[in-house]
Amino acid sequence: MSPNPMSPNHTQEKLVYMANQIGKGFTMRKPEQAVLDIADHLKKFWEKRMLAQIFEHLDAGGQGLDNLPKQGLQRLRETMQ
Amino acid sequence: MGLIHEIDYGTKASTSTKLVTLKIDGNSITVPEGTSVMRAATELGTQIPKLCATDMLDSYGSCRLCLVEIEGRAGTPASCTTPVAEGMVVHTQNAKLAKLRKGVMELYISDHPLDCLTCSANSDCELQDMAGAVGLREVRYGYEGENHLGATKDISNPYFQFDPSKCIVCSRCVRACEEVQGTFALTIEGSGFSSKVSPGISEEFFSSECVSCGACVQACPTATLMEKSVIEMGQPEHSAVTTCAYCGVGCSFKAEMRGEEVVRMVPYKDGKANHGHSCVKGRFAWGYATHRDRITKPMIRSKITDPWREVSWEEAINYAASEFKRIQAKHGKDSIGGITSSRCTNEETYLVQKLIRAGFGNNNVDTCARVCHSPTGYGLSKTFGTSAGTQDFDSVDESDAILVIGANPTDGHPVFASRMKKRLREGAKLIVVDPRRTDLVRSPHVNADYHLALKPGTNVAIVNALSHVIISEGLADEDFIRDQCDWNEYAEWADFILRPHNSPEAVEKLSGVPAETIRGAARLYATARNGAIYYGLGVTEHSQGTSTVLAIANLAMLTGNIGRKGVGVNPLRGQNNVQGSCDMGSFPHEFPGYRHVSGETVRQIYEQDWGVSLSAEPGLRIPNMLDAAMDGTFLGLYVQGEDIAQSDPDTKHIVGGLTAMECVVVQDLFLNETANYAHVFLPGCSFLEKDGTFTNAERRIQRVRKVMSPKNGYGDWEITQMLANAMGMEMHYNHPSEIMDEIARTTNSFAGVSYDALERLGSIQWPCNELAPEGTPIMHIGAFVRGQGQFVIADYVPTDEKTGPLFPLLLTTGRILSQYNVGAQTRRTENAKWHEEDLLEIHPHDAEVRGVKDGDWVKLASRAGETALRAKITDRVAPGVVYTTFHHPFTQANVITTDYSDWATNCPEYKVTAVQVSPSNGPTEWQTSYMAHSDASRRIAPIAAE
Ligand code: SF4
Ligand code: SF4
Ligand code: SF4
Ligand code: FES
Repeated sequence: MSPNPMSPNHTQEKLVYMANQIGKGFTMRKPEQAVLDIADHLKKFWEKRMLAQIFEHLDAGGQGLDNLPKQGLQRLRETMQ
Repeated sequence: MGLIHEIDYGTKASTSTKLVTLKIDGNSITVPEGTSVMRAATELGTQIPKLCATDMLDSYGSCRLCLVEIEGRAGTPASCTTPVAEGMVVHTQNAKLAKLRKGVMELYISDHPLDCLTCSANSDCELQDMAGAVGLREVRYGYEGENHLGATKDISNPYFQFDPSKCIVCSRCVRACEEVQGTFALTIEGSGFSSKVSPGISEEFFSSECVSCGACVQACPTATLMEKSVIEMGQPEHSAVTTCAYCGVGCSFKAEMRGEEVVRMVPYKDGKANHGHSCVKGRFAWGYATHRDRITKPMIRSKITDPWREVSWEEAINYAASEFKRIQAKHGKDSIGGITSSRCTNEETYLVQKLIRAGFGNNNVDTCARVCHSPTGYGLSKTFGTSAGTQDFDSVDESDAILVIGANPTDGHPVFASRMKKRLREGAKLIVVDPRRTDLVRSPHVNADYHLALKPGTNVAIVNALSHVIISEGLADEDFIRDQCDWNEYAEWADFILRPHNSPEAVEKLSGVPAETIRGAARLYATARNGAIYYGLGVTEHSQGTSTVLAIANLAMLTGNIGRKGVGVNPLRGQNNVQGSCDMGSFPHEFPGYRHVSGETVRQIYEQDWGVSLSAEPGLRIPNMLDAAMDGTFLGLYVQGEDIAQSDPDTKHIVGGLTAMECVVVQDLFLNETANYAHVFLPGCSFLEKDGTFTNAERRIQRVRKVMSPKNGYGDWEITQMLANAMGMEMHYNHPSEIMDEIARTTNSFAGVSYDALERLGSIQWPCNELAPEGTPIMHIGAFVRGQGQFVIADYVPTDEKTGPLFPLLLTTGRILSQYNVGAQTRRTENAKWHEEDLLEIHPHDAEVRGVKDGDWVKLASRAGETALRAKITDRVAPGVVYTTFHHPFTQANVITTDYSDWATNCPEYKVTAVQVSPSNGPTEWQTSYMAHSDASRRIAPIAAE
């Protein structure tokens, strides 16, 4: 689903959408590698507000997040702690 | 300071490596084989009289003025068409030659109006010079020959006129149009004394095929073809070499001046990007610099609904600084940021990112390259190790198969297109991948061997299918891959490419391109001795932009087309300094030289040089800044020379973000669309008014030279410096060269660059350092910058922007020759005559079913919004596809585009939007109310009486 620009949760919806898009960019790698690559990509390019928002969403169940980006986000959070 | 006179050698330089020695007038000279006697003589300092020869053109041998005698040869051969030979003995002057030349000149002069004193070419006329050179003192035929003074002038072109009475029918203009520009607009009609030059078949210049490049004007030895500015202002008296501020070709020009006024811009023959050629924009469209719309006084207002108030520089700068400080104090240091411009110089861009990183204390800096070539940076650095094209422009001279993907160089990069067309006329083969039938696909004297008219959004599938054919047919260059890439990575990638979904048959279903066409194109590219890829925004501005760049890089490595002349992967950069603005650290995650902000070593370099500690975390990109603004966490923005409200997609979202901010500072020449939402306006200055450098699409760093004082009082770099100082960050540069010195000492790929080096070498292609002291024309020779080339799997993922019953057509966007991007500059010149409004191109079939006729107003609607414009019915676009440009703010084309963007870089998906087209009566409500708002927000309050 595309994010609805009029929704009050626009930014969060957009971040979920973006994370999933990144996930698709790496799907053709071996799953373990893809998770590492996604985590690395997010760390390199996402500003901390964006990461905080998506982590918050992840904590709330991560609705809408595909499996690979979800794992990538979890991996990233582990390395950041 | 005087006029820069370039020597005209009469004929082109020979590229032969074999040398030949001969004697001219008793002096011995050694030159490459193939050099003309005329050129050899000029190199010795002997100017043989000439009229039809000039070194931009192939020799022609028609005027017979350049006769010489050669010992042992009969007659008096023309020196411009006679090549040198070993041991040749040439005499350029004796009584016989003098008599013959006088005879030739007499004939010319007897047919020429002798109004030299009032002629616009007086003091710049080769006919005059030659009459002097041959010592013409009388004309035996009398002066009663046809003087043609009654002939009608063609003044239809806004920039130059054609006065047939002065024409000596030397054909230089015709040949320039053919050989240099490749447009073939001119012909010589008739024969003998009644022959004359004509655009098309007795048409006027304006309505002919002519694209107003001016090559004919430059080639004309008389006043026949002459710039109107020279006719009006007189001959220039001094000049300086500078660089065009429009596109990424980076043409070098002599700005020819009278005092502080530009008389004309003449392409510089020594310019290594353009070799003396230009397009209509660079040569003629500089009038915007002095246009009455230009704002030259700083202005502020506390609310965007207030009228502007003119204030002193001090007040404007202090207001901006105090607002930024106030916002940071209240909302934290990450609550502000800035945007650098690809139109400004390297030095200015560097300063803005420095101000943000060191002064604002965060990495919230981004640039308009975000919306054009950010996927190039990501894709090429991953695969090859550098975020830049691999070749110089000259490389195309040795290409045998040229693959152009998603680029329209005849409109977007005209001077490079002329070079490419020349190579095509020499026999190189051409493959065009583009949804639209561009001029490269078919136009006079160009005919692409393959046109892959794909459905917008299927680039990745097409490029992967090309690789599929190459591997499955055993055409891969395995030696190159084993030698220069990681074989295991290759094997894994090849496995992926060979999967059935990448086969031409499968891809035909997605893209609409017949499998046989894909196969033919793949074979052609793979089997050519040298295969070169050129691509543009039709590749990058997609949700899969990065994937296409990766797929292109894979394709080039697969065929060993990297690391020598004639091959390579070449992004055609849009703006004059888009390469430079990326190089200078304009992205939120990278310092200058593409070094990630998290790197300890690079951070230390800057922390030491700048004396502050720097953030190791990436900042916000433009679209994320606007999101954060809507969320209330990003409230201040410094925008230098950028118009995000017009150029970025999903205008309504941008407008929402900008409106939510508390302090928007816009620095620009004009009150642009973004300024409608600004609180501080800092008037910027044009490229004619400052010193600096631009870096073109071939990584070539070239000087921009100040030829007039800034109308606003300051160079853009000085304004950033004032803002920095007001924010408490000390900056004390006296000249942009000092900024370049700082760039060089902190960035290895620029280590050898300085204004002195640029003065000495003319231009420098980075990397330039101890390993390559004079720069690097071609990259990755023998090995990739990153070590081994990396094959990266990039799979086709269809965009989520899909057609359906409500939005059944795909809109794609582009630009045309005479206009430039959002048109802020070109619309303020006579170029507007060529493109008065943006039009929607629609296929006859799609138009018919909707009851739309040519020229009708139509409503163009997408999921994001709707706008209205006029329709142009044409089969250039395929059924199901519509196309428009975005040069006029009124069109509001970006109200239509969505905020979908590239998965890796957020580069917006301008090139694919699902739309519906329906008849309409005129502009939409949004257009009308936007224009009303825009007019209102441009009000400037009258200054109160003292
Ligand atoms: S301006 Fe350029 S295109 Fe036009 S006639 Fe002259 S050379 Fe040809
Ligand atoms: S217009 Fe100028 S260049 Fe063309 S034939 Fe006449 S004199 Fe020569
Ligand atoms: S716009 Fe581009 S091609 Fe035209 S003169 Fe300028 S740099 Fe050259
Ligand atoms: S210059 Fe050689 S024939 Fe005209």
